[in-house]
Amino acid sequence: MKLTVNGQDHEVDVEEDMPLLWVLRDELGITGPKYGCGIAQCGACTVHVDGVAVRSCQLPVGAVEYEVTTIEGLGTPDALHAVQAAWVEHQVAQCGYCQSGQIMAAASFLETNDDPTDADIDVAMSANLCRCGTYPRIREAVKTAAKNLRSA
Amino acid sequence: MGRVTTIARRTFLIGSVAVAGGVAFGAYMYKRPGENPLMADLEEGEAVITPYVKIDAEGVTLITPRTDLGQGAYSVQAALIAEELDIELDQVRVDPGMPSPAYYNTALSEEGAPFRSTDESFMAESVRGVMDVLMKFLGMQVTGGSTSVPDGYEKLRTAGAVARETLKAAASQKSGVPVGQLKTAKGAVQLPDGSQLTYVELAPVAATIRPVTNVTLRDPSEWRLLGKPMRRHDIVAKSTGTLPYGVDFKVDGMVHATVKLNPRQGGAMNGFDASAAENMRGVKKIVPITGGVGVVADNTWRAIQAANAIEFDWGPAPYPPEMDGHWEALGNSFNDEQIEARNRDDGDVETALAGADVIEAEYRAPYLAHAPLEPISAIVKVEDDRVDVWTGTQIPRFVQGNVAKLTGVAFDDVYVHVLYVGGSFGHRLEDEVVKQAVEIAREMKGTPVKLTYSREEDMIHDFPRQIAMARGRGVVKDGKVDTYDLGIAMPSVIASQMGRQGLSLPGPDTQIIAGAWEQPFAIPNYRMTGYRAPELAPISSWRSVGASSNGFFHDCFLDELIVAAGADPLEERIRLMWHDNSRKVLEAVGEMSGWGSDLGPKRGRGVAFCMSFGVATAEVVEVTDTDDGIKIDKVFVAAEVGRVVDPVNFDNLVKGGVIWGLGHAMNCEITYSDGIAEQDNFHAFEGMRLYQCPEIEVRGLENGSKIRGIGEPPVPPAAPALANAIFAATGKRIREMPFNKHIDFV
Ligand code: FES
Ligand code: FES
Repeated sequence: MKLTVNGQDHEVDVEEDMPLLWVLRDELGITGPKYGCGIAQCGACTVHVDGVAVRSCQLPVGAVEYEVTTIEGLGTPDALHAVQAAWVEHQVAQCGYCQSGQIMAAASFLETNDDPTDADIDVAMSANLCRCGTYPRIREAVKTAAKNLRSA
Repeated sequence: MGRVTTIARRTFLIGSVAVAGGVAFGAYMYKRPGENPLMADLEEGEAVITPYVKIDAEGVTLITPRTDLGQGAYSVQAALIAEELDIELDQVRVDPGMPSPAYYNTALSEEGAPFRSTDESFMAESVRGVMDVLMKFLGMQVTGGSTSVPDGYEKLRTAGAVARETLKAAASQKSGVPVGQLKTAKGAVQLPDGSQLTYVELAPVAATIRPVTNVTLRDPSEWRLLGKPMRRHDIVAKSTGTLPYGVDFKVDGMVHATVKLNPRQGGAMNGFDASAAENMRGVKKIVPITGGVGVVADNTWRAIQAANAIEFDWGPAPYPPEMDGHWEALGNSFNDEQIEARNRDDGDVETALAGADVIEAEYRAPYLAHAPLEPISAIVKVEDDRVDVWTGTQIPRFVQGNVAKLTGVAFDDVYVHVLYVGGSFGHRLEDEVVKQAVEIAREMKGTPVKLTYSREEDMIHDFPRQIAMARGRGVVKDGKVDTYDLGIAMPSVIASQMGRQGLSLPGPDTQIIAGAWEQPFAIPNYRMTGYRAPELAPISSWRSVGASSNGFFHDCFLDELIVAAGADPLEERIRLMWHDNSRKVLEAVGEMSGWGSDLGPKRGRGVAFCMSFGVATAEVVEVTDTDDGIKIDKVFVAAEVGRVVDPVNFDNLVKGGVIWGLGHAMNCEITYSDGIAEQDNFHAFEGMRLYQCPEIEVRGLENGSKIRGIGEPPVPPAAPALANAIFAATGKRIREMPFNKHIDFV
């Protein structure tokens, strides 16, 4: 079947019910999206489908109709997306394993709300688990990213 | 033996050695030459060192032996070297290096020796020295116990300074300019005429001259990098999904595997039927291994699907199948025969208790999974005369030995490539995943096998934090705490852990009362007794080890006594404190939190103190008792660490430690039913979510003489500060973790 990821077309020969996460990671070698729980509890696998944040561990690849964007397609070390730049500025990551998902969740959320209140951030970001406890810095980074996106 | 004695007396020696195309600086080896992996091409008898700095045609590489578990260890270690070497962090490569016995960890043994971290008497120091030697001979390249910074603080700076001075001597030889007129900056020696010689250019000359080892370390007031906010070298990679973790790593020709193990930890596999799995798409091989099977496929998901389709006949658990049996074993351990350690017995507790109005309480702490967000994994390639292992590990030397044993390949022919890990919290002090990957890979010689645990396997087979129980008795008199007697029972974490490495524990396990016995309170009658419970479920070191349960027991029971005495929780702790630097920590959180000010209705604040890993840490937690449950509003933390080497990382680690401590205290436990862990994923083991995260204010105090690590010490005071705050807000005293068994949280 056909799959467009980060602007590139791929032909993959897999079961329809294989979760998108594993197609990305093991078939296409795109490892920015992480496996954390496999049951929609942690958000480490978050990618965008048609610009909207989804849990790729829960999405059968056969159900993907639109273009997929992973953290690798959001921005690169040389051309950071505003959310990634904020994450670097606040030095959010500890182990960093959850951060691809956190960043993808934040980027999608800020698309719909570029001037979030603290309560908005709490609601939008609480589905993503961070075992290292980087939550205070995530809050700060989301605010910085929102500010920079508004003035962009 | 002369050499060994010399080195045992001095902490370390830094020297240099020629390497292909350049020079390396590092600690001298005292073992046989062949064991140093980066020196394999040297002749016997040539200078042999374990390098921290390598300069060759490719540039400057800083070798940072402590694993980075997310705590920023690579960056801090690199900065310690770069500070003295006069090079910028963006001019170097950072390499965790290959395992080698000279990367012994000198700070770790300190925690095992029975002296309080506050007791810096000659006796205590000398016993630490003995333990240090022991650690060297064990060749323990272990990352743990918050030791990365204390361990490297002098060693790595000295390596940087020796390298710098030797490069200056080389520049002097090359240019004819006296050393006194040379300066160093940005990876080069600067000549008086304004020109410069880069370290890379100088490396071949430096390799031929005697290293300059007579160096003085710079005073912290002269530091360029340390003590100032620095950008972690991995921060961009970690913000762009471009950092490969162990689970992401690829090796050419690699196949994907997973395992299914007896969910009753350590139980046998009596048999299995894989007929349904064998024909599933992508399945390549099904391999029986110790306690289960490995399934090899062309894709991780397919391997997991196939593993789930196998039917098993599992043997019973080698521990009580239900929790009642575990608690009963702990409850029965409070007797004289099972006393493991009584390192504190001040005054006369028995006399003070006799006939007095005794306050009694029993406390409990459950098993807890480490559950780093990255499930554990390892890649292993077995060949006839060589094995390669790629994995994230805190114990590379043990991995090397275990792999050699399992494969029959010589120790020196096992190559352990240490990868980035997505958290550990102690999980990666275990290496079962590597052993299992070897069991699978040796059936497929020449093919690299990547073994990835499913989250469920990871959580069920996570060697959890110890289960523990404490019984306190106390007496208050004239508004003061007069008598405090605490007994703590738990199985030995260290014995369980070392047992899996085929080692036995030399002496008592002081972790059984760590976080309790060494608290610097001057209570007139004060006794701390550790009881060793029998081995139950297999257990392992979990962020802050014994103190993770004992800090809760010790401080909450103290709080009960203070409340009974009618004293103020903070003032009475301060009054009882004999150790100046610890008192300052309590005073700091008092000031930060505005202790004593009115919080308004339905609110409460609690304070807790715990000295662990030599770090005095105090925390104040503020909560509100809302209609939906307890909301944690704010936390104030002060910790005495001697010196804050990396302030951003310090702040991040302290906050992370507080969130870790609070989250698990709120809602996490591992319980066994029918011998099987009932929690197998994050829906049942949640921890803290972002919306529950309080505002956290952090202060690092720098009054102490010793540099200390901060990865673990913020954990132990978090749970008791929360329990004490809940008591202040609601009048309800919670004596068992997780607290949500007794009260709701927002
Ligand atoms: S891996 Fe998809 S939500 Fe956890
Ligand atoms: S940074 Fe480690 S899980 Fe979030």
